[in-house]
Amino acid sequence: MSEIKIVNLRKQFGDFVAVEDSSFTVEDGEFLALLGPSGCGKTTTLRMIAGLELPTSGKIHLDGEDVTFNRASARDIAFVFQLFALYPHMNVRRNIGFPLLSQGVAKAEIRARVEETAKLLRIDHILDRSVSGLAGGDRQRVALGRAIIRRPKCFLMDEPLGTLDAEFREVMVHELRELHNRVHATTVYVTHDQHEAMAMADKIAVMNHGVIEQFGTPQEVYNRPASMYVADFIGSPPMNFMRFHSGLKRGTRTIVLDGVEVAVPEVGEDVAPGEMALGVRPEHIRFSDRSSIRGAVYGSEYLGTNQIVAVETAVGIVKARVSADRSFRLGEAVGLEFNPAKLAVFDCVSGRAIASSLYAEARHG
Amino acid sequence: MNSVNTAHSVVEPTPTVKRIAGAIVILYALVTMIPLAWIFLTSIKSPPDSISYPPKIVFTPTLEGFCNLFTTRTRQTPDYIQSLPAPAGACDEIARSRNMVIAGPSNYWPRFGNSLVIAFGSTFLAVSLGTLAAYGFSRFRVPLADDLLFFILSTRMMPPIAVAIPIYLMYRQFGLSDTALGMILLYTAVNVSLAVWLLKGFIDEIPREYEEAAMIDGYTRLQAFWKVVLPQATTGIAATAIFCLIFAWNEYAFAVLLTSGSAQTAPPFIPTIIGEGGQDWPAVAAGTTIFLVPILVFTIILRKQLLRGITFGAVRK
Repeated sequence: MSEIKIVNLRKQFGDFVAVEDSSFTVEDGEFLALLGPSGCGKTTTLRMIAGLELPTSGKIHLDGEDVTFNRASARDIAFVFQLFALYPHMNVRRNIGFPLLSQGVAKAEIRARVEETAKLLRIDHILDRSVSGLAGGDRQRVALGRAIIRRPKCFLMDEPLGTLDAEFREVMVHELRELHNRVHATTVYVTHDQHEAMAMADKIAVMNHGVIEQFGTPQEVYNRPASMYVADFIGSPPMNFMRFHSGLKRGTRTIVLDGVEVAVPEVGEDVAPGEMALGVRPEHIRFSDRSSIRGAVYGSEYLGTNQIVAVETAVGIVKARVSADRSFRLGEAVGLEFNPAKLAVFDCVSGRAIASSLYAEARHG
Repeated sequence: MNSVNTAHSVVEPTPTVKRIAGAIVILYALVTMIPLAWIFLTSIKSPPDSISYPPKIVFTPTLEGFCNLFTTRTRQTPDYIQSLPAPAGACDEIARSRNMVIAGPSNYWPRFGNSLVIAFGSTFLAVSLGTLAAYGFSRFRVPLADDLLFFILSTRMMPPIAVAIPIYLMYRQFGLSDTALGMILLYTAVNVSLAVWLLKGFIDEIPREYEEAAMIDGYTRLQAFWKVVLPQATTGIAATAIFCLIFAWNEYAFAVLLTSGSAQTAPPFIPTIIGEGGQDWPAVAAGTTIFLVPILVFTIILRKQLLRGITFGAVRK
């Protein structure tokens, strides 16, 4: 097991920049999710770590050793492909044992280790079956077995749950995390699904257009998004943005939204006047008749434990997550109140979050 | 009602349709079998029966054609034949009944052997080279790949015999005339373009993830090719091998032109079997019948490979 360190990694295909100057470190035993929409460079980053793609510039360190230009077979890593890539001409046992065969491990030992691995994944009853007849979940487990049998330095997974149906995916999310807790292997997991990333990862790197927008724990990424992109990509429904035009002074504790003063966490920098946005998560909104931010109910979505109510206001449609007990009529006039400690302010031009006491907390804690 | 009709077009055909289709297939099979049956029947006719008109459907079968194919005979006087010890076998007996004695074996088996060596040798070479080239074109960024592939294909755009004279002159210059090596090289050159194109299609179908998985599992690219790509390309390789073999086995024009003695293949040899007073049709037919067997066997062996198909089930598309 070991640490993966990426330094200024860059990959260009012709004129297209797939990955732009990325740097991050995955600590020993940590589970990192590379999260982003398709085409954001997350798979390319993973393939460079694996050695299936060579970077245009930058360095990759594995366990302190520079492996940037090493062959994939010399890196001692395991890769789980999106489509599993189980060898169709071999049965389950031979698929799982294949990585050991390349190392010249004795037949008897391969047998023992395959059986041990299969027990761990609860697939010991299908060892002699052909891989072509297996159900999706069993294929997934065989692919995992082939990855963990060698006890590699790290696991790389490329959307391994992408093709499973929703119900089964939740089971596998749980199983993968449980497996990680047992084997403690450094893992990099590529996904476009924020729920998978939030549920499994110790750290999340949110990528967009080849750039890592934010690198942090799921809590940091959710509660203190570094950019409007991250705030919008994570959370469902995503963070609400309410636009206003203003400049900000360091130490300010209020902003003016459509003529109404709103308390915000203490601003930590001076910002020249420009387009700004107040960001608020749906669960940090309460309905209050005393509030001066008024709106009309536009629609609601019942979710069982709570409901999402969309309210049309002077600053756009705002979605609030409120108790499911109360029912709303369309067009009903409501007042909105925000939890002042949880608000974020963004610069609309750069998309960057404005430094504030909300973010200062992150740095200290 | 409409939906029922559209569904109908993709369901099981009706029994009548099946019966008609079956009848057409059987009729076609019978028509194509007639020349084969004709050749086999001729091979077991006596020389007079073989040229009688109208053709004899009912006749006394004889091994004379096969005997004449495998032996050379000389005419002797009845007195001399009488003086010989008892005949050593069926062929001996047939020859003596026609006032002949067997002088020795014919050239059929050596020519047949040449055909085996040249056809299988060139097929092996063409398929091996074709597989490697197809893998290269399929997986690597080869400079001018499209132009190279077009060039490879263009070698088949004219009939090979159009270049017979230059090849004849070159072969004489290099001492390749009438050698097995020369014929293997020639048939390989003709077949390799077909092999590259066919196999490239098959290898393109094999997902790259398999090799990538093998390389991550600790294998070099060559090992990954050998252990993962080749086993999955067997269907394509078998199909390509059959096409190459059929061409090399049947090829006549170059064989006539470039071989005459020690390296002569069976196709130019068979028509030269001359009996007394003209072509020995039963012997020619016997030679042709035996000549068909290797291709038949090879196709039957590989038929399983062709029909089995690749279990692509482990990768979902």
